[in-house]
Amino acid sequence: MTVTRSGPLPDSGDPYDVTVVGAGVVGSAIARALARLPLRTALIDASDDVGSGTSKANTAILHTGFDAVPGSLESRLVRDGQRLLASYAAQSGIPVEPVGALLVAWNEEQLAALPALADKAVRNGYRSARILAAADVRSREPQLGPGVLGALHIPDESLICPWTTTLAYATQAVRAGVHLHLNCPVLSVTPGEPHTLTTGRGPLRTRHLVNAAGLYADDIDRFLGHADFTVTPRRGQLIVFDELARGLLRHILLPVPDARGKGVLVTPTVYGNVMLGPTAEDLDDKTDTGSTAEGLALLREKGRRILPALLDEEVTAVYAGLRAATGQEDYAIRAHPRQRYVTVGGIRSTGLTASMAIADHVVDLLAEGGLPVTGAREPDPVRMPNLGEAFPRPYRDAAMIAADPDYGRIVCHCERVTRGEIRDALASTVAPASPDGLRRRTRARGGRCQGFHCGAAVRALFEEARR
Amino acid sequence: MDVRVDVLVVGAGPAGLALATRLAQAGAGRVEVLEREQHAGGMPYHLHHGGFGRPPRPWLDGPAYARRWVRDAVDAGAAVRTGVTATGWAGPLCLETTGPAGLERITARAVVLATGARERPRSARLVPGSRPQGVMTTGELLRSVHQHALPVGRRAVVVGAEPVARHAAAVLRGSGTAVAAMLTEHPYAAAVPGVPLLTRTTVTELRGRGRLTGLAIRHRDGRTGLLGCDTVVFTGDWIPEHELARRGGVPLDPGTRGPRVDASFRTEAPGVFAVGNALHGIERAATAAREGAAAAAPVLAHLEGAPWPQPGPALEVRAPLLWVTPNRITGTAGRPLLLRSGAPLTAPVVTATQDGRTLWRRRLAGPASPSRSLRVPPRWTVRADRTGGPVVLTLG
Repeated sequence: MTVTRSGPLPDSGDPYDVTVVGAGVVGSAIARALARLPLRTALIDASDDVGSGTSKANTAILHTGFDAVPGSLESRLVRDGQRLLASYAAQSGIPVEPVGALLVAWNEEQLAALPALADKAVRNGYRSARILAAADVRSREPQLGPGVLGALHIPDESLICPWTTTLAYATQAVRAGVHLHLNCPVLSVTPGEPHTLTTGRGPLRTRHLVNAAGLYADDIDRFLGHADFTVTPRRGQLIVFDELARGLLRHILLPVPDARGKGVLVTPTVYGNVMLGPTAEDLDDKTDTGSTAEGLALLREKGRRILPALLDEEVTAVYAGLRAATGQEDYAIRAHPRQRYVTVGGIRSTGLTASMAIADHVVDLLAEGGLPVTGAREPDPVRMPNLGEAFPRPYRDAAMIAADPDYGRIVCHCERVTRGEIRDALASTVAPASPDGLRRRTRARGGRCQGFHCGAAVRALFEEARR
Repeated sequence: MDVRVDVLVVGAGPAGLALATRLAQAGAGRVEVLEREQHAGGMPYHLHHGGFGRPPRPWLDGPAYARRWVRDAVDAGAAVRTGVTATGWAGPLCLETTGPAGLERITARAVVLATGARERPRSARLVPGSRPQGVMTTGELLRSVHQHALPVGRRAVVVGAEPVARHAAAVLRGSGTAVAAMLTEHPYAAAVPGVPLLTRTTVTELRGRGRLTGLAIRHRDGRTGLLGCDTVVFTGDWIPEHELARRGGVPLDPGTRGPRVDASFRTEAPGVFAVGNALHGIERAATAAREGAAAAAPVLAHLEGAPWPQPGPALEVRAPLLWVTPNRITGTAGRPLLLRSGAPLTAPVVTATQDGRTLWRRRLAGPASPSRSLRVPPRWTVRADRTGGPVVLTLG
């Protein structure tokens, strides 16, 4: 198993058959799909961990695709991907909670938009959407603010853990022989046979190239002479409320999209807390993942309208993610067979849901460019540690504790993360490179106290493992 | 495994241990104290400075003081179990626990919540900006330095100017971290010699990718600035650890955010008591210990079958007051009420009214400060009508 984080890239003399640039949820899914083939595959990322760009700040919903543009590539890939990922999640231990969504109408304009949305869902192949009257909505969500006129119920929208998903893909890929190189930014590409990538860790040669670089997909494209789209970072700020707020709602509360855009949602998370957001701000800076006073004030104002009691709860975390907006309505997945090159651009919030279908689609496109795709065999299944609150976690598992008392030693009290889980994560196939990476693998110090009680102990365990 | 005890105390800080000691000495039966940390003793265990202990000999340091409470409780016959976490309730007086020895259900005749308090982190204070490493609370700072000997940073800013903030500054300096400034939104505070104190100042943004590089700040008159630092410690802004109370349906007071109690530390859940900083955020260890000790008599009375009282009229506060404990009047209070003001006042007058009738009014001896509780004598509570409306405390 090969995971490297520093030093010159290993050089076996032969170029890689395929290199995937970008180890987000999409790039990792592609690497996992390629790992089924008898090929030399590399997955590289500029940062020190997988899923640490756009993917880590996803709204964490497994979408039905009911509101995609009918007939679009996104519509098809989300629909297929939803099925693929739901089944993969069940096998791999990725937590999924099918709570359903309500698109709540707060004014006449939004109420009038519901029938068209229900119809659009049907055109996207989703037939279970139903319009609910105001009284029905209120009985399902008693804590909603005043003024609810009705809602569209999407019973199959689900919660999922985006961190575990990316990590499961990458883990399975690495175990099946894919080389994962982190801290490995692509500085330039010399197209050729093979292509030569100049990276921060030296040259990397590859016959086929997949660009899943997210916010930087347009930069990589330009290295190969393409200017199909420009990525504009769109910032989404989010507020995560305490787990004690989880009882305030039962569904994902989606806004009814209108002329002003998609709007702010309130959703439970698989970790048992409640998330409010995101904002949508087009920026110039692809690194500006800071929150702002204005953004937080806007979210609080919207949240107070949707679920007034939420604002009395303690805030656990505030963060911002950047989405790769291209100004286009659909995914920008482009094959350049003669260059043996595929760009996977403009993947938005639905990319998590669609990731496995995108991966299959990309492998097909690579085959058009001459990548041999015969001899596929299923990789060994992975079983990921469960981070979901609706499923048994080690601190509640008498058999696990009896077999290994470290699963009874709670280190992070707010999130009930045990020493055994932290130890396992630090020794895992794709080990964390930072305390933040450890948090995304275990939830350690991700809770309400943000380290008041456990921060030093968690850091000590992390530092000890790194020595 | 199912276990039965007479009294189960959750939290082995000064309040929980003082109570367990008294109860065990009084022969209350099987008294068990659960502590989720590896060490019993509560916050003093992490406070390596002197000044703990009872006058005229207040010169113990925190760890010695903590050890003394643990020894007293154990000597009295209480069981103190560390590394065991109460994770939820299996019944009104039955707690579920997790520890290295496995899962347990502990049923008690009386449950006491002595879960202490924590500081609100940066996120709960909604301080905008990036999410770099180097952002912590005093709780994390103390454990990093004293318990794990971890490096902290080179140059720190301390947010807050209460005693805990001055202590954070001392610990930072002791561990080799320069303190660039302390800042507070309040108009005045006691400075630490050699550390610039910025008053009427708030943090408007955290900057830095990977590691903190600085803080954007704003003075109330509109001036702004940037403080370069690789570490920031958010101090004070305490909130009771009330998770177990809420999960058990024990009503909280909106002001303190701790369980609502009467003057006998009884919550509104029969058989469940609450003591110490779980009630009100941070007070001195001695105050917490005194509360714990004072709860012994009502807990014993409950064990002997005394009826659980009706909630009685609520004690409420009006701005600038933030909270009062106790929160209910079910009998004459025997100990001073604790009252916290959100604004400084030089000669505060406290007034208690019920249904428009003034029960009590007095000018207090000292000034009111947002960082220290006022003590209000309890005797007047006898005049409250047990069946009347809320008793309202105001400060003018």
